[in-house]
Amino acid sequence: MQNLDFENWSCPLPLRNSPNIVIGHGGGGKLSAELVAHIFVPAFKNDLLDNLGDSTILTVPAGRLAFSTDSYVVQPLFFPGGNIGELAIHGTVNDLAMSGATPLYLSAGFILEEGLPMNVLGAIANSMGAAARAAEVQVVTGDTKVVDRGHGDGVFINTSGIGIIPDGVHIAPNRAQVGDVVIVSGSIGDHGMAIMSVREGLEFDTQIRSDSAPLNGLVAAMLATARATGDVGNIHVLRDPTRGGVASSLNEIAAQSQVGIMIEERKLPINPEVQAACDMLGMDPIYVANEGKLLAIVAKEVAEAVVATMRAHPLGQQAAIIGRVTDQHVGRLVAKTAIGGTRVIPMQIGEQLPRIC
Amino acid sequence: MKYLNEFRDGDIAQKLAAEIKHLTTRHWAIMEVCGGQTHSIIRNGIDQLLPPEIELIHGPGCPVCVTPLEMIDKAMAIAALPNVIFCSFGDMVRVPGSSKDLLSIKSEGGDVRIVYSPLDAVRIARENPDKQVVFFGIGFETTAPANGMAVFVAKQQGLKNFSMLVSHVLVPPAIQAIMTSPTNRVQAFLAAGHVCSVMGYWQYPPLAERFHVPIVVTGFEPLDVLEGIRRTVKQLESGEAFVDNAYQRAVTLEGNKPAQKLLGDVFEVSDRAWRGIGVIPQSGWRLSQAYRDYDAEYRFDVSGIRTQESPLCRSGEVLQGTLKPNQCPAFGKQCTPRTPLGATMVSSEGACAAYFNYGRFEVTS
Repeated sequence: MQNLDFENWSCPLPLRNSPNIVIGHGGGGKLSAELVAHIFVPAFKNDLLDNLGDSTILTVPAGRLAFSTDSYVVQPLFFPGGNIGELAIHGTVNDLAMSGATPLYLSAGFILEEGLPMNVLGAIANSMGAAARAAEVQVVTGDTKVVDRGHGDGVFINTSGIGIIPDGVHIAPNRAQVGDVVIVSGSIGDHGMAIMSVREGLEFDTQIRSDSAPLNGLVAAMLATARATGDVGNIHVLRDPTRGGVASSLNEIAAQSQVGIMIEERKLPINPEVQAACDMLGMDPIYVANEGKLLAIVAKEVAEAVVATMRAHPLGQQAAIIGRVTDQHVGRLVAKTAIGGTRVIPMQIGEQLPRIC
Repeated sequence: MKYLNEFRDGDIAQKLAAEIKHLTTRHWAIMEVCGGQTHSIIRNGIDQLLPPEIELIHGPGCPVCVTPLEMIDKAMAIAALPNVIFCSFGDMVRVPGSSKDLLSIKSEGGDVRIVYSPLDAVRIARENPDKQVVFFGIGFETTAPANGMAVFVAKQQGLKNFSMLVSHVLVPPAIQAIMTSPTNRVQAFLAAGHVCSVMGYWQYPPLAERFHVPIVVTGFEPLDVLEGIRRTVKQLESGEAFVDNAYQRAVTLEGNKPAQKLLGDVFEVSDRAWRGIGVIPQSGWRLSQAYRDYDAEYRFDVSGIRTQESPLCRSGEVLQGTLKPNQCPAFGKQCTPRTPLGATMVSSEGACAAYFNYGRFEVTS
């Protein structure tokens, strides 16, 4: 486990002086109330949550609502560049942002394993709070359950969220059109290899850090640029390539849009440490998970302007055009290899398994 | 990474490909023995850079592919036992036995773990004295030193709860079997660089001489493979047949002597069944008499398990280079990476999976 920063964490006491989660913390009684009052409310601090009703009443602007949910089960709970709590905020914020929505409100459900140290839960909740504030969203409702020791993996978190889709924005995985340009916002494979190298004890001169980050700010900037150049509808598809990596996301888009996608491998930004770790473990970075990157498929005429906007944003500095949408090989992702050959990049089946040699 | 990117340069690749084209005057069938090379060829599209006269035959050098069905069934029988922790390399866990794979044994409650190093399995044994820890020791000469070291360390530490299910195979007997096969079409070999980094290449000159076949020790990066092919074609075109080392940064004539010494202590040569090919005499290793106690086949009674391969699967012909994967009637129909009939479809290094996954398209613009 990484060195944890507990400095900003609010004291959980009295919590009946329990240093660990016990079954009673999920029982709905005094212990549950104390857990909420001393850990979650201070961590997520906002007026809506403070009411502590059975449900939260939200006032939302008229228009289209985006709604998304995701569950988080990562091990280790803390990893270079982030932890499960941040991931739970960023993941759902990003899922909302990928439909062009401005994320507004999240829920957070916790399944805690009996025996989880209270300070670990405190650190996770606190970094969730910080991540939510940084992403300008509010956690407005939540739930906690506790399972017997051995029946969980420390903490499981579910977050759901809603956001508002601005007028004129029409982003969907079936909107890629022949002639469109494929953009990636930065280096690929960082999150997955950060997790793998901790699990496998790999050490490099430079530590591989997860790229976990909220992408709604970057998306807002991209939409603003598209709107300024004439048509916000020119951004056709957005996707955050999490599990299954860039390969799975682009395959899904090719299938749903009934187009072919051709990328150039040498244009994919890949950090040298990530490439080295992949080489050692027999992995292909194009299948490795990202938590702070997006793929954009945009009309050709706005591509350069969108990339320039992305590069000016802290989360898009390495943004690059990596390929294009074609009427060839419909439903498939094809890559031009670095040495000038081509290969089909298929969907993977289940997990990527390391090769033997 | 230093010494890797240098060997992935697109411009040099084009130059090497042009030189190969210049050298080539007629059809040549070259077998890359190692599955890692097959992977690199398809992954990088190397074969598309070659002139059409050069035919690459994907050899039987994928350890996952050649592990017999029966051995996988034995692995599953052991892994399903209540007191066993079964450790395996990653891509072995999805190889189907006659009914299911190790992943499904895991989902049914078996303790199956993926490890990167056999020594991790020894550590697991040390940490779980009340469990039997079994490592699935497969592979060619490349993985053998690490697997041998695991058994060596277990014995040194007096671990009674560690054993290894051994299915080790060797490259030179396979080359000999291919060259003596009546249907053989192979005219030259790219020898497996990592096998040679352990064993050296002193075993190969007698083969090159006896069968008058060029053998070029070849690495795995795109430029390594192209250089291996270039040197092979050069020999073929000039009618020569000798052993050449195109992977000098990793391979010497004598190889890794301490590793060979350990292998000599821990293992002894034995007959081995190869999936889809059959038994090749003296083509594998089993644990030597001194280490027999660590052999999982002896520790657990699995000798009664006898398994026949699927009659539809023609992986044997694929592995011998007499059938292209997409010429098999079951290819892409009954047999896909999701429903593999033979291990050549399961492993990402397998020739059939490589064809299925990386099948390619002409670039039109």
